[in-house]
Amino acid sequence: MTAVEEVPLSPAGNPIGFGNMKRVEDQRFVRGHGNYVDDVSLPGMVHGAILRSPFAHARINGIDTSRAEQLPGVLAVITGKVLEGIPRPDLLGDNFAWMPTLSYDTQAVLATDKVRFQGQEVAFVIATDRYIAKDALELIDVDYEPLEPVMDAKRAMEPGAPIIRDDKGQQDNSITDVHGHKDWESGNAIGTAEAIAAAQADPDCVVVTQEVMYPRVHPAPMETCGSVAFLDKVTGQLTLYTTSQAPHAHRTVYAMVAGLPEHKIRVISPDIGGGFGNKVGIYPGYVLSIVGSIVTGKPVKWMEDRNENLTSTSFARDYHMTGTIAATKEGKILAVDVDVLADHGAFNGVAQPTNYPAGFFHIFSGSYDYPNAHCKVTPVYTNKAPGGVAYACSFRITEAVYLIERLVDCLAAELGMDPAELRLKNLLRPEQFPYTSPTGWVYDSGQYENTMRLALEMADYDQLRREQAEKRARGEYMGIGLSFFTEGVGAGPRKDMDILGLGMADGIELRVHPTGKAVLRLSVQSQGQAHETTYAQIVAHELGIPPEDIEVVHGDTDQTPFGLGTYGSRSTPVSGAAAAVVSRKVKDKARQIAAAALECSPDDLEWQLGQWHVKGDPERAKTIQEIALLSHGSLELPDGVEGHLEATTVYNPPNLTYPYGCYVCVVDVDPGTGQVKVRRFIAVDDCGTRINPMVVEGQVHGGIADGIGMALMELIAFDEDGNCLGGSFMDYLLPTSMECPDYELGETVTPSPHHPIGAKGVGESATVGSPPAVVNAVIDAISPFGVRHADMPLTPANVWRAIQGRPVRVDMAVE
Amino acid sequence: MQVSMNINGEPITADIEARKLLVHFIREDAGLRGTHWGCDTSNCGTCTVWVDGEAVKSCTVLAAQADGHEVRTVEGLEGADGLDPVQQGFIECHGLQCGFCTPGMLMTARWFLDRNPSPTKDEIREAISGQICRCTGYKNIVDAIHWAAEHPRTNEVTA
Ligand code: FES
Ligand code: FES
Repeated sequence: MTAVEEVPLSPAGNPIGFGNMKRVEDQRFVRGHGNYVDDVSLPGMVHGAILRSPFAHARINGIDTSRAEQLPGVLAVITGKVLEGIPRPDLLGDNFAWMPTLSYDTQAVLATDKVRFQGQEVAFVIATDRYIAKDALELIDVDYEPLEPVMDAKRAMEPGAPIIRDDKGQQDNSITDVHGHKDWESGNAIGTAEAIAAAQADPDCVVVTQEVMYPRVHPAPMETCGSVAFLDKVTGQLTLYTTSQAPHAHRTVYAMVAGLPEHKIRVISPDIGGGFGNKVGIYPGYVLSIVGSIVTGKPVKWMEDRNENLTSTSFARDYHMTGTIAATKEGKILAVDVDVLADHGAFNGVAQPTNYPAGFFHIFSGSYDYPNAHCKVTPVYTNKAPGGVAYACSFRITEAVYLIERLVDCLAAELGMDPAELRLKNLLRPEQFPYTSPTGWVYDSGQYENTMRLALEMADYDQLRREQAEKRARGEYMGIGLSFFTEGVGAGPRKDMDILGLGMADGIELRVHPTGKAVLRLSVQSQGQAHETTYAQIVAHELGIPPEDIEVVHGDTDQTPFGLGTYGSRSTPVSGAAAAVVSRKVKDKARQIAAAALECSPDDLEWQLGQWHVKGDPERAKTIQEIALLSHGSLELPDGVEGHLEATTVYNPPNLTYPYGCYVCVVDVDPGTGQVKVRRFIAVDDCGTRINPMVVEGQVHGGIADGIGMALMELIAFDEDGNCLGGSFMDYLLPTSMECPDYELGETVTPSPHHPIGAKGVGESATVGSPPAVVNAVIDAISPFGVRHADMPLTPANVWRAIQGRPVRVDMAVE
Repeated sequence: MQVSMNINGEPITADIEARKLLVHFIREDAGLRGTHWGCDTSNCGTCTVWVDGEAVKSCTVLAAQADGHEVRTVEGLEGADGLDPVQQGFIECHGLQCGFCTPGMLMTARWFLDRNPSPTKDEIREAISGQICRCTGYKNIVDAIHWAAEHPRTNEVTA
C-alpha cells in the first residue's frame, strides 16, 4: 500500500486521492441530523397505512370499507376495485390495480380477485394521523374464501397443485421469462453430462452429488421502506421522497405505471438507512402513496412497520439446488452440473438484468479451472412474498458461491483431502487471465493463489488443524471453514444488460466553479456506502482538487444525470469509472486552457497532480484552480474550446469487474446443545484499487456479519397454512455484537485492467463469500458424527439434529 | 391528554393521545428527528434515548410516562465545546455507515461509559447487545466506544 502513503494531504488533512479519509457524511449522522424518508414532513401531509392479507391464498368475495370511512380523521379508503376504475392508458396494463415488476411480470398493487401471499396489499387508508390510519385498518371487513396455499416449490410443480396465477390464465405454476423460456440453462449440457458419466465409469475418479438449500432470508435494513408523495395539481409535478436505491430507474417506471410525464416527476432518495437490495424494487406502498396524493390532493406519507418489511418486501434466495461434482482421485475437478428449483413467490419480482432470469448464478463454476459446467434453473410461483434478488447477493452470486464452495468441501470429504489443498490444486492461475469460464464469463484479473496463501498464513492454518486434532482427541469440536469466491459485479455492458429495457450505463457531471471548488453529480445513490467521501477522492486523485473542495450530489433526479443506481456492487465499477472519466475530460480541457494562458502548445504541457506545467519548466505552470478561474474569465480560448470548466460523461462498462477473496472461519461447536460460537473470521479480499481502505474494510465487516447471520440464524420460514414465521425481529434473528467476532482482514491488490482506476467494487463480496466459510466450518466441526452437509441456518436445534442424524427442514417450519 | 417534559434542556408541552409512544412524541411533537424507529418489538434499539439519565427504548415507553421527566436525545449529546467523545469516536473509527442505528448506539454508549469509564471490549459488546446494526458488523462500533473511553469528556452532559 505504498501508493496510499505517497498521496499528498490537503490543507484539511485529507488525502488528495486514495487512502483513509474520515467520512463527510458522519458529521450529520452523529448529530442526529440525517434526513431519512420518515424525517420528511411536508405542509398538510397525511398518512397512509396498508391493510394486508392474513391468508397466503384466498379468494376475495368482497371488501366493506364503510366502517373505516366513517372513522373521524379518515380521508379515503382505496381498494383494488377503486384502482381498477382508474384507467391507465399505457403499454403496461389497463388500470392501476396491477403494475409491472422489474422482470416483465405483473404484480397487484391492491388485490382484486385473490390474495396470493400473507401480507399482500388489500386496501390503503389515508388519514390525518398514522395512529388513526392504523385504527381504520381494523374497521375494514374483507370476505375471504381461503384456498389451499402452495408453500413449497416442489409442491408447486406437482400436477394438480393449486394454480396461483390464474389471473394470467396459467395452467400451472411455472414462470416463463420474457423470451418465452420456462427453464433457463447455461454452460455445456452435453459435455458436462459426458464428463460426469465418464468419471462415474472411471475407478480413478469420484462423483459427488449434494442437495443444497439456500433458504429464504431477508435483507432487513434498519430503516424500513417508505415514501412521501405529493402531486401538485396546479403544476402537474409529482415529487416523491422514497427509499430507493435507483431513483432514476424508479422515475421512469413511475412514468410508465402512473401514466405521468417523466419530466414532471422528481424522485428524491434522501439519506437511506441501509438498502442491501431491499430498496431496488417498486412496492405497492410507493405507488399507493402516489395514488393517495392524487385522490386527496395532499402529500401522503407511507412508512412500513417491521412486520410489513419482513413479510412483503423483497426477500432473498429460496434456491433449492442439487449439484454434482466430478473429479479425479488426485483432486482435479472435471465438471460440475447443477439443477435449481427457484422459488420466486407469487409475482416474479426479481430485480436483475433482463437477459439473466437466474441473475448471475451461472458464475457457479467459481474460482477453479475445469472445462465443463452446466446449470438448469426452473423458477416457480408459490404463495410467498415476491422478490428474490436482494440482500447483497450480486444478482444471485451468493447462491452460486455457496453451492460451489459446499460442493468442493463435500468433494474434499469424499476424497479424504484437506479442503485447502483441494482448492489450491484447482484455483485459476494468474497466466489464465483474462479467463473465459465454462459458462461464458470473462474474468478480468486475479492472483488467486497469493490471496489464498495470505489467508491461510493469517489464520495459521496448519496450527489450527493441529489444534483441531488435539481437541477432537479430547472430545471437543472445533471447525475450520474455507471459502474462495469470485464475483462478477458492475452491471453492466449495455449490449448485454438492461432492466425493463433501460441499459445499465451511468451518467455523471463535474463542474469546477471559478474559485476552483467543484460539484460532482452522480446517478448512483448511497445507502451508507460513503459516496460523498469516496467520489470526492476519485476526483481529487484525478485533478488534485482537495476532497473537501468537492461536493458530491446524489439521490435527486432533478439534480443528477440518469443512471441505474446502487445495487449489485455496481457503484464503483460503473459510476466510479464515470467519475474518473469525467475528471479526465475536465483535465484535458484544462490543458487546452492552460496552454492558451501559457502561450504554448498543449503538447508542451505535462500534468503533475493539481497543475499543468511546461515540460522541463515546472515554474511555468497553471494550477487547476487558476485554470478554473481562467476558464470563466476573458482569456482568449482556442477554437473549439468552450468557456467554463465542466464535463459530462456516460460510462458504459466494457465488461464486469471480478473481485475475489479467500475467507477462513473458525468455530467451536457444543455437541450437547448444537450451539455454534464463531471464534475467528479471517477475510482476505482483492477488490483491485482501494479508494478508501477504511470504507472498504467497513463494508467487508458488515458483509461478514450478514454471512454469520444467514449461516447461523436468519430464516424466513412458513408453516403449512402459509403463515410467515419470520415476521418480526423476535423471530427473524439478526446477529448482534455478541455473535460477531473481531474480524481479521487482509488484502491483495490486483487492479481491474479495464476500469479507469483499477477498482473492482466490494460492497457485496463479504456477504457472498462468508456464508460458505461459516457453514463449512460448522460441518467440519461436526464431521466426526458423519455429517457431510446440513442446510442453513445452523441454529443450535439444526446442528443438534444434524449430529443426531435427523433430517433438517428449513424451508418450512421445523415441527 | 396534556404532557410536559424537558427534552435536551428545553421544556415542551403538548396535547396528545394517551397511547402515543415516546419515540413518536420526540420525532413529531418535539420535531427531533435524530431518534429513529426500526422495529415493532423492542429489539433494535435505534430509538434509544435517556429518561432521567437512564437509557430506554423510546418505542417501549409512552409519552405519558415521560410526563414531568427529563429526556435526552442524540441532538443533546454535543456540548458547548464540541462533539461528545462517543460521537467523535464513531467518526474516528468508522463506526457507522448508513447512520440509522447510530443515534441509539451513541446514547447507549455514553450512558454505558458514564457507568463504566474503562471497559473491556467484551463489556462494550455486551452493552450494545440490545441494539442492531445491519451495516458495520459491530467491530468498528466497539472500537469507537473504546476510543471514546480513552478520550474522556471535557464538558458534562447529563440527564
Ligand atoms: S424501535 Fe426497535 S427497539 Fe425501539
Ligand atoms: S450504520 Fe447502518 S444500521 Fe448501523
